[in-house]
Amino acid sequence: MLEIKELRAGVEGTEILRGIDLTVRPGEVHAVMGPNGSGKSTLAQVLAGHPAYEVTGGSITFLGEDLLEMEPEERARAGIFLAFQYPVEIPGVTNAYFLRAAYNELRKARGEEEIDPIDFIDLLEEKLKIVKWEPEIMQRAVNAGFSGGEKKRNEILQMAVLEPKLAVLDETDSGLDIDALRIVADGVNALRREDRSVILVTHYQRLLNYIVPDHVHVLAGGRIVRSGGKELALELEARGYEWITGAVEAVA
Amino acid sequence: MTGSVEQLVNREYKWGFVTDIDADSVPPGLNEDVIRLISAKKEEPEWLLEWRLKAYRSWLSMTEPQWPNVTHAPIDYQSIVYYSAPRTQAPLGSLDEVDPKLLETYTKLGIPLNEQKILSGVAVDAIFDSVSVGTSYKKALAEQGIIFCSFSEAVKEHPDLVRQYLGSVVPTSDNFFSALNSAVFTDGSFVYIPKGVRCPMDLSTYFRINAQNTGQFERTLIIADEGATVSYLEGCTAPKRDENQLHAAVVELVALENATIKYSTVQNWYAGDDEGRGGIYNFVTKRGKCAGRRSKISWTQVETGSAITWKYPSVLLLGDDSVGEFYSVAVTNGRQQADTGTKMIHSGRNTRSTIISKGISAGQGNNSYRGLVKVLPKAEGARNYTQCDSMLIGNRCGAHTFPYIDVQNRTASVEHEASTSKIGEDQIFYCKQRGLDTENAISVIVNGFCKEVFKELPMEFAVEAQKLLGISLEGSVG
Repeated sequence: MLEIKELRAGVEGTEILRGIDLTVRPGEVHAVMGPNGSGKSTLAQVLAGHPAYEVTGGSITFLGEDLLEMEPEERARAGIFLAFQYPVEIPGVTNAYFLRAAYNELRKARGEEEIDPIDFIDLLEEKLKIVKWEPEIMQRAVNAGFSGGEKKRNEILQMAVLEPKLAVLDETDSGLDIDALRIVADGVNALRREDRSVILVTHYQRLLNYIVPDHVHVLAGGRIVRSGGKELALELEARGYEWITGAVEAVA
Repeated sequence: MTGSVEQLVNREYKWGFVTDIDADSVPPGLNEDVIRLISAKKEEPEWLLEWRLKAYRSWLSMTEPQWPNVTHAPIDYQSIVYYSAPRTQAPLGSLDEVDPKLLETYTKLGIPLNEQKILSGVAVDAIFDSVSVGTSYKKALAEQGIIFCSFSEAVKEHPDLVRQYLGSVVPTSDNFFSALNSAVFTDGSFVYIPKGVRCPMDLSTYFRINAQNTGQFERTLIIADEGATVSYLEGCTAPKRDENQLHAAVVELVALENATIKYSTVQNWYAGDDEGRGGIYNFVTKRGKCAGRRSKISWTQVETGSAITWKYPSVLLLGDDSVGEFYSVAVTNGRQQADTGTKMIHSGRNTRSTIISKGISAGQGNNSYRGLVKVLPKAEGARNYTQCDSMLIGNRCGAHTFPYIDVQNRTASVEHEASTSKIGEDQIFYCKQRGLDTENAISVIVNGFCKEVFKELPMEFAVEAQKLLGISLEGSVG
């Protein structure tokens, strides 16, 4: 599904990713962990095509296409969804309007007709159950005045509606209390499918108690310094990032 | 995102064409003889000529206002042509005999004057340079006693109404540009809605400047008698030219007891090129008088065009329990400058006013909100709510707010809220990540910002305004 090779990228001339290799197959959940400043969020933003980040080397192939050649909206239409660490507020635009506009863009890209607004309401009602929300939320402006937890839940709702092929969750667990974390995790789990892959970017192991990954990667200094199964996350939790990053520095 | 943005930047102002038509114009310059000539061409009564001359004499003693937050080269009032009318065989005002070239012009502008072709059921008065070329649905409206015609026709057919109300809201010597307008105004629209009549369709005027070096000085007068209701729309465009052209209009609204007037404007005059060459100077005085109890006047404006906009649609709240509203979206892109806002003068008891202003600055545009809320000593229980929001797109534009509040009654309540936000890469990227392209993303964000104003516009106008806003802002983020 996704193949990242020797990826190098940075922002304003500072290199942050220094050669990332990562392969994600359909249906897999990969956790990307690492200390602050290791490049986790940069990887998420580069996958989505944020214009502030410059790719200086390597390649990313998504479903056989050269991802780096695609505009952010083309990537979205091809099935990449980024759940933002800091979801943006859009005052005056209702959640319902925004989500329908996005949904229709994806349909158009697939050569399908725009959805009838009434049918869309039915679809929304189903999806709202996934994040345990009442329909009233759809009449509020996108993320405007939302609490941190509500914003994250809204990202999961958008993901549920847009049904991506690859979902990248950028620190979706940060700032969530335990109840909100559970709702978000249940939402993600409900969306797990054989043909849908997930990359979880997270600092803490906590989220991985709820969303069990197939693979765990540790990012440090812009490189993946260790990969393993879900037990790697537990070990990290017990021993701290120093355990790995320290060892890497010692070798270097 | 650069490819699409560049394409959009280069998109033309599509209303910028010129109609090749033989015109009857007076020579450039202004003096009493020119005013007499205009008055004679329009076969006006003596009192109106005197009224004009009085305005001219007071104008001579006035100076251009220096306080607006705009800059422009001095205007040479002696180089302007004050009257230009298409030369036609048939008398003006009758749609059946309008010059086909003029009909074609309006069709090209998306304003078909032929009643069979008008789907939306909006009656239109079409003003071309200095004169009205036709008014639709006149007969159907007349059956209900509604008068909707060109100003010139009103002077001839309804002189008493004109004489009673002309200058009753904006006195001739009110300000420099209103005095100039009073001296040389050539045409405009006149509306009278009789007692208790709810006007069955939206009335509208479409202003078109065509001739070169010509100023457009129109005069609109709308009177809603007791219990009457009317919704009036105004649109405007002009050809692309390298010289600046002056548009100094005066609009007066009078609402008697229980009457409601809703006045909506979508202003799309030519804004000048990227270097700031050309474009319309839109220096307009608009004021409404809530003369009777429980009357209501509501201004809604979407200002996307003009090189410079200087206008403050205002409401005098004289009647007890009367209501004034001002909803505004003003966009400045390229080198455009806007100094716009409103004045709400509370005189009657329990009068209420609402001001919602949305300023959008992009490119090197400069956008100022200037508003006055004045509560006079007798205005017991007066209330005002003001909300001024500015949005900046890019980092070379400017937004300013100049609120003036003058409260002379202790029982009054005046609220003012203001915000400034910047449309950021992050907002656009968020939309793009959800599948929207840049153009669509900006349109969604800006329309959200303007929502409270757009919902006040009549349906067809709201759609038009959203489209226009999209075009005005194309290429503003790169």
